[in-house]
Amino acid sequence: MIRYLRTWKLFWSAAIGAEMEYRINFLLGVLTALCNLAGSIYISRLFYQNGQTLGNWPWEDALIVIGLFTFFEGVSSTIFSANLSKIVTHIQEGTLDFVLLKPIDSQFWLSLRNLSPWGIPNIILGIGLIIYAGYNREFPLTFDRYLLGIIPVALGLLILYGIWFVLGTLSIWFVKIYNVTEVLRTFMAAGRFPIDAFSPVLKFFFTVFMPIAFLTTAPAKIMLGNQVGYWILCSAIIAITLLTFSRWFWKFALKYYTSASS
Amino acid sequence: MIGLICRRAKTYLGVYYAYMLEYRAEIILWMIAGAFPFIMMEIWAQHAAQNTTGEAVGLSVVTFYQYFFAVFLVRQLTVVWVVFEMEGDVVLGRLSSYLMHPIDPVWRHVAKHIAERFTRIPFLIGGVILFFYLYPQAWTQWQGSLGDLALAAIVITLVFMLRFALQHTTGILSFWTERASAIESFTFLPYVFLSGMLAPLDVYSPKVQAIAYWTPYPYMIDFPAKLMMGYDFPPGMLALRFSVLIGWLVAIIIINRLLWRAGLKQYSGMGA
Repeated sequence: MIRYLRTWKLFWSAAIGAEMEYRINFLLGVLTALCNLAGSIYISRLFYQNGQTLGNWPWEDALIVIGLFTFFEGVSSTIFSANLSKIVTHIQEGTLDFVLLKPIDSQFWLSLRNLSPWGIPNIILGIGLIIYAGYNREFPLTFDRYLLGIIPVALGLLILYGIWFVLGTLSIWFVKIYNVTEVLRTFMAAGRFPIDAFSPVLKFFFTVFMPIAFLTTAPAKIMLGNQVGYWILCSAIIAITLLTFSRWFWKFALKYYTSASS
Repeated sequence: MIGLICRRAKTYLGVYYAYMLEYRAEIILWMIAGAFPFIMMEIWAQHAAQNTTGEAVGLSVVTFYQYFFAVFLVRQLTVVWVVFEMEGDVVLGRLSSYLMHPIDPVWRHVAKHIAERFTRIPFLIGGVILFFYLYPQAWTQWQGSLGDLALAAIVITLVFMLRFALQHTTGILSFWTERASAIESFTFLPYVFLSGMLAPLDVYSPKVQAIAYWTPYPYMIDFPAKLMMGYDFPPGMLALRFSVLIGWLVAIIIINRLLWRAGLKQYSGMGA
């Protein structure tokens, strides 16, 4: 366990060192994050014209959802997309062989080897917006509400990781599937709106098949004190199921891995 | 001369069509990713239906169905990814061998994009049928005539050229920065928020609309989508929209050629 933690630290310090070669990009990343957030807020605001609301969510509460969405977007580009889009390359070029030969768990290596700091501006902006919106509500959120929010956010991260790793694993069979990350990003984009704004069919889809509801809407509801127990329980069950499944699926897929040249 | 061009075009298209067919799984995934307009459609339609008037910001449920369906088609037909290939060409030095060919490397990318479009057609037809089966009211209340569709087809071709030229220009920047895709993710933002991908431009505030229509972005989705739907443009408006679109296209192609020449002098990829 300690060995893994130590390796993890090494992975990330090496990755940051490599990315620091492209420092100007970081400035561009900050600018991109700011404009993206401004655009997201503007689009959501369009639903609040003429006294209408988005799925009966007050504006400040919808802002919390946007904050959570921005946060998750930041984390997924910092950790998930930096690593899991590489699985496809490893399989296509046959370099997965080298990963499998290493005396370390291959899922661990593939999931945490890289880190790309370009998502950090999004993470900071997201957290900032959540705190700001929660404070500006009619009934401002108390400190313990914010603390409680950490649990579903952590579970949401595990859920997102699980989905992403399972999708990445699919490339053992289909090889060239860079677009899988594009599919995920598309569905994730729906997370910038509270789930109640969707029609019943999509609500069902985003809860059961593509559990986007548990990334942004569930943490928001829990922080707002809305059916807390129910949402935490569901998030936990889905997170554990997905993690176990991703583990099993990876082992299963490796049986079908035939390498690029053999 | 013309014979030679035709022969080259046929070879390139044939080769890349075969190449694209090999990776059909990827194209299907890309099409699923392209279903995003339907998510926005559901959310806007739901929003309109919940209002007592059955409208949101003056647009009815069926209008939202039709608009976002048109958005889906326009996006499917104007997908461009040339910047990512350009970045690889320059950074990995693949460009060196392309430059040896007696033809501008840009045509290779053009052929790839056009060939990919053909592999999409069967899935696209399936998508259209499925949509009208699920939303029959969108079909029965469709306003656009065949003439409108023809006009939209011309605009979509122009939009494809515009988007390709724009992204290719960003790609040329890899001669200087190595990571043109980071610039692309920044220039992608106005496309997301001003093109009408997330909402028809009519629901934006008049001020934002006025500014947006001077940028190239609303012409990439909002304009062709409305043409397809048979939207009634006020007199003179159609001509104005066309002029702005063509103006941007010409301007970007000129910039593109100038930058390309400057960039080649800068090129120092592997093997150059």
